[in-house]
Amino acid sequence: MPAPIRLRELIRTIRTARTQAEEREMIQKECAAIRSSFREEDNTYRCRNVAKLLYMHMLGYPAHFGQLECLKLIASQKFTDKRIGYLGAMLLLDERQDVHLLMTNCIKNDLNHSTQYVQGLALCTLGCMGSSEMCRDLAGEVEKLLKTSNSYLRKKAALCAVHVIRKVPELMEMFLPATKNLLNEKNHGVLHTSVVLLTEMCERSPDMLAHFRKVSLVPQLVRILKNLIMSGYSPEHDVSGISDPFLQVRILRLLRILGRNDDDSSEAMNDILAQVATNTETSKNVGNAILYETVLTIMDIKSESGLRVLAINILGRFLLNNDKNIRYVALTSLLKTVQTDHNAVQRHRSTIVDCLKDLDVSIKRRAMELSFALVNGNNVRGMMKELLYFLDSCEPEFKADCASGIFLAAEKYAPSKRWHIDTIMRVLTTAGSYVRDDAVPNLIQLITNSVEMHAYTVQRLYKAILGDYSQQPLVQVASWCIGEYGDLLVSGQCEEEEPIQVTEDEVLDILESILISNMSASVTRGYALTAIMKLSTRFTCTVNRIKKVVSIYGSSIDVELQQRAVEYNALFKKYDHMRPALLERMPVMEKVTTNGPTEIVQANGETEPAVLETKPPPSGLQPASQANDLLDLLGGSDITPVIPTAPTSKPASAGGELLDLLGDLNLTGSPVCAPAFQIAQPPFLLDGLTSQPLFNDVAAGIPSITAYNKNGLKIDFTFERSNTNPSVTVITIQASNSTELDMTDFVFQAAVPKTFQLQLLSPSSSVIPAFNSGTITQVIKVLNPQKQQLRMRIKLTYNHKGSAMQDLAEVNNFPPQSWQ
Amino acid sequence: MIKFFLMVNKQGQTRLSRYYEHVEINKRTMLEAEVIKNCLSRSKDQCSFIEYKDFKLVYRQYAALFVVVGIDQTENEMAVYELIHNFVEVLDKYFSRVSELDVSFSVSEIHLS
Repeated sequence: MPAPIRLRELIRTIRTARTQAEEREMIQKECAAIRSSFREEDNTYRCRNVAKLLYMHMLGYPAHFGQLECLKLIASQKFTDKRIGYLGAMLLLDERQDVHLLMTNCIKNDLNHSTQYVQGLALCTLGCMGSSEMCRDLAGEVEKLLKTSNSYLRKKAALCAVHVIRKVPELMEMFLPATKNLLNEKNHGVLHTSVVLLTEMCERSPDMLAHFRKVSLVPQLVRILKNLIMSGYSPEHDVSGISDPFLQVRILRLLRILGRNDDDSSEAMNDILAQVATNTETSKNVGNAILYETVLTIMDIKSESGLRVLAINILGRFLLNNDKNIRYVALTSLLKTVQTDHNAVQRHRSTIVDCLKDLDVSIKRRAMELSFALVNGNNVRGMMKELLYFLDSCEPEFKADCASGIFLAAEKYAPSKRWHIDTIMRVLTTAGSYVRDDAVPNLIQLITNSVEMHAYTVQRLYKAILGDYSQQPLVQVASWCIGEYGDLLVSGQCEEEEPIQVTEDEVLDILESILISNMSASVTRGYALTAIMKLSTRFTCTVNRIKKVVSIYGSSIDVELQQRAVEYNALFKKYDHMRPALLERMPVMEKVTTNGPTEIVQANGETEPAVLETKPPPSGLQPASQANDLLDLLGGSDITPVIPTAPTSKPASAGGELLDLLGDLNLTGSPVCAPAFQIAQPPFLLDGLTSQPLFNDVAAGIPSITAYNKNGLKIDFTFERSNTNPSVTVITIQASNSTELDMTDFVFQAAVPKTFQLQLLSPSSSVIPAFNSGTITQVIKVLNPQKQQLRMRIKLTYNHKGSAMQDLAEVNNFPPQSWQ
Repeated sequence: MIKFFLMVNKQGQTRLSRYYEHVEINKRTMLEAEVIKNCLSRSKDQCSFIEYKDFKLVYRQYAALFVVVGIDQTENEMAVYELIHNFVEVLDKYFSRVSELDVSFSVSEIHLS
């Protein structure tokens, strides 16, 4: 068999291949040759074959049949063989292959070899792909090598130790004694790797960290760093005028880990950090890299404020630099620091906003995130303008994030309702299709809240969809509003803007075209149909037309639409007397906090009748009884209160279910209290609906208190403690009415300080009959793990004598037995 | 932590690849193709750090060869940028005026570098 070709020949041949197919053919031919050569157990050419195999592996072809050959090469005595063998092992083998364990013995022998290069090879391979068994076996050897006098070996041994620690963290202790002398090195290579080793140890184990802090590692590191900066030009370590920047960066990183949350270490570092920050040259990228690491370190440790200001100024200078890399890096670090040093970062706001217009995608993304973090009450108008302009022109991948960011910011800092609504409308019209699904219910809630803006809003929305109804969220919101406030639209009373003349027919035209259009999603159609239905009570002359539309859709293919249409039809025919009551205006929803799924659930005695909904709510968490279908409404002559829903079940469908909108209604938290108070609920609230918990063991008579007594409304609290769970207190409230008229729509809400948790179960009813003839009872469960004094703020709303009453009160007179 | 180190030319041919984390072999070619596509689509005055999936790419172009390093969040991007340059300088010294051909033909030597 002729001698196999050299690697270079192979490469040359492959390069001549013109197409992928040709290349594959060549490689397969060569693979076949290599395989037969392996079978022949040819020692002389084995290393050449394996080298070729490695090359083919790099190109992406399978090369697993060479693994055993690598092992044979490692076992051979020739250095060239060993070299290729180890390289092959590093590239082809890893812990997933069973073969690698066979290497352990070879590596062990080689670690004790006379030639340092062989030892070095073995260390490299172990450090690259050693599995935990191998590491356990060979850790002792590595540790021995860590102490030799040969700096080449020590360097490699330190890196190997890093890998061992990563794989088998328990072995960290073994390397501890060796680290004592590591920093007393002259050789930068060893120094560098030892710093890496120390970093790894400190990151992995807090005990080690404490140990190193005690062993006064920081002064040693400070000394080394100082030498590096102060020493003059040293040719072997110089990179563009700075000596060994890589070592500097590593040391800075280790200092960061040591100084985090530790005052003493931080203090020891302050000087050197200031020195590095001021002395480093910034003309080259190297200097900037060091400055960047310094800034990160300063931000992370407990540095003094002067140092922090210095760091932020450096970042500010980076921002003005022309080099994109530096600007990107500056924006990233500013994002990290904006939480802590908000004011300092504000100073650079204009530069950051300019970065929004940059061409580079990474920079734009960072600038956008940073801008959102910087928005506050003062600059919201200006920032919003910039951000809206950015939304117009940015790439699609940003639009969703940008839109949600704008919503959040607008919600927090809107200077006026009208501005808020304008902003949201602008977002909907420009980036309507990218808006997240939960924006629609949020927006609707916002609109209902701003009562005085209804006319203005509906007019603007109407104008917006007149031209174009392809943006689904916009159309959904618009159709909902038109359904609700159609009468305002038609009557043309709008103070803020010029009123436009719209007839009922025109409105119905638009809604119908939405229904018919192919661009509308099924959810949008649902909205439109319901809107048309609602208009039947608001509009006077076009009721017949509405009836016709509704009956047409009674046979639509879309099940959702069909169901709605059929129900509405039934409403027209058989239950016409109920129609006005059912389709009344939605009441004002109170604000739900927008920060994610905070579980704010309060039981409300809602008397607003639930909109017809026979489909079970989408999430399984909501109890079945919530779906008040028509039969229920007819069966019970009273209007039963709507049972609270689990707030975490934000509807999966894009807010299309009207019930979910009403569901939102029930989620009224009342962040009316001072920020120290918080309403928090565990999500398993609904268990309480069906059964009272087993509070059989009642603590002996805790006195009840009168929490509130005003205007004829009296609320008593009675207490129960459980012996099984001593931090839970169950309070039963009883509300009674001593006036001569009933109190209706009674809603009780409560808030407790942050350390408590509150759970409100549903009340018995929402009407308190007059003359103390009956009471409303409601159960509150308070979890008080820290056994602090119980305090509560309560808010009561009810209708009395035809007017709505509202009151806030604080309850402080809880008996000590209720919370101790 | 550095995830991988690649040298790929403009046509998408990999000249050198070193992975420090296990990646399936067929995924490697895909990864390399995507990475080089990202790098090629950047213009000269865009910054050298790209966010790709859950890690960052730091790339640097030398004539027709791209050196790309994939890092995770804990690494200092600029230091890695310098590292790339340092590496190329070392190769330059070793091969005296290194070129792409040298890289292609001396893969094993560069690996051990």
